[in-house]
Amino acid sequence: MAHKHDPNEKIVYVGDSRIRKRAKSNVSPPDYTAFPGKSEAFIPNFLLKEWMVGVVVLVGFLVLVIAEPAPLGYPADPLNSSFIPMPDWYFLFLYQLLKYPYASGDYIVLGILGLSGIPFIALLLAPFLDTGKERRFYRRPIASSLMLVSLAAIAYLTWVSWDHYQHELAKNGVIPEHIEREIKNEESIEKGLGRWVPGKEKIPAMVEAEDVAFTETMTQAACITCHGSELEGGVGPALRGIGDARSKEELFDAIMNGKGEGMPPFKGTLTDDQIEKVATWLSKQKAAAAE
Amino acid sequence: MFKSMYNWIDERLDITPMWRDIADHEVPEHVNPAHHFSAFVYCFGGLTFFITVIQILSGMFLTMYYVPDIINAYYSVDYLQHQVAFGAIVRGMHHWGASLVIVMMFLHTLRVFFTGSYKAPREMNWIVGMLIFFVMLGLGFTGYLLPWDNKAYYATKVGLEIAGSVPYLGDYIKELMNGGTIVGAQTLTRFFAIHVFFLPGALLALLAGHFIMIRKQGISGPL
Repeated sequence: MAHKHDPNEKIVYVGDSRIRKRAKSNVSPPDYTAFPGKSEAFIPNFLLKEWMVGVVVLVGFLVLVIAEPAPLGYPADPLNSSFIPMPDWYFLFLYQLLKYPYASGDYIVLGILGLSGIPFIALLLAPFLDTGKERRFYRRPIASSLMLVSLAAIAYLTWVSWDHYQHELAKNGVIPEHIEREIKNEESIEKGLGRWVPGKEKIPAMVEAEDVAFTETMTQAACITCHGSELEGGVGPALRGIGDARSKEELFDAIMNGKGEGMPPFKGTLTDDQIEKVATWLSKQKAAAAE
Repeated sequence: MFKSMYNWIDERLDITPMWRDIADHEVPEHVNPAHHFSAFVYCFGGLTFFITVIQILSGMFLTMYYVPDIINAYYSVDYLQHQVAFGAIVRGMHHWGASLVIVMMFLHTLRVFFTGSYKAPREMNWIVGMLIFFVMLGLGFTGYLLPWDNKAYYATKVGLEIAGSVPYLGDYIKELMNGGTIVGAQTLTRFFAIHVFFLPGALLALLAGHFIMIRKQGISGPL
């Protein structure tokens, strides 16, 4: 098989591995001589100009990154029933849409397919729905107005969802975990206890572990069923180091009259003298004394 | 010396046309912000790619420290955020970049829509672009779970409940994504694999298609 040799070619290829000469594209012109104005080469002329825009964006981006550290809350706890779920902001409009009565429950098919699925499929197939030659948006009233209405709806739903979330936080007196965490971390560092990592708190050792108040009275009153056999916490809060947080009088009152929903009153179960002794012993449970 | 090395390779692989094709192609005036300031709207696509590159690079560094299991995931992120040198910056870039890439892509989509650039012969590129959009949303959704804090966990739970309410297929989709019946250890490893292997692979393939088509068809003309 003889190939025709191009005398200008640097290398002569043999066999079928020959790199094909590029055929002229028939789709659109390879240059923009048809368009008015000055065209310029992509590299380096245009790319440098685009890089200017890129640099402005990059500087703004890095300022944001340095000013606002990425949030991190508490470790995931599947048993936490009071946590207010919140998707990332760009899903909020969908989350909010599917909360409305005619888009959820018995009407979930309408919500998922009608209000979310069809618009997304329409967007995907936009070039086949809007087939006219006209490109200017003000000459395409149907396509443009549908898009503008969708944008308004997305903006509104996102705002409603966010507003509702803020309202829920305020109503329940909840500080978002990533913020609360930072506050606790700062407090911990100020106290000289080092960085605070949720779930990895150092439990202070027990002070005067042989005291009768702990070995007998607290066992007898079954404190350990809720507060843990080593008072490390369980259903009820940990009592190690409780002396740092509560005074003897507060502890006495909590044991005597109960506290919140979990802590029952021990008035009658224990004598006033016993409660007095337990409160005294608990008030001695300080992190500094444990070292 | 570089010239002779280049020539040595070029003689064997004929690489000149490849980069000349990328470098020399003309960019028309109507998309050039140096000529018309309003042409900055044509930059959003390039900026989306720029942020995507930042996401890929920062993500690669994050996986050096991140551990995708339910005991250690949270603490590895905590360590990365507070103990590793520049960890807060790298994680911050990945966290905020994830939002920014959505913003840029959204603006790019709107530019293409309102300039009617998706019309013939560019229909296929619009569809590939929309698929990139969905892949990006998938990356956002799967990446949100990885720090394994309460916010991540409950957002995923709600998201999968919504996926589960899709008629007919919902239960299958939900179980497939959960890797079982609950959001747990399997979900985390699954989301990690999807976030760092499956979706980025799909994204790179789609981006290649997107760019080849732009190169083939050129930028749409001025309005």
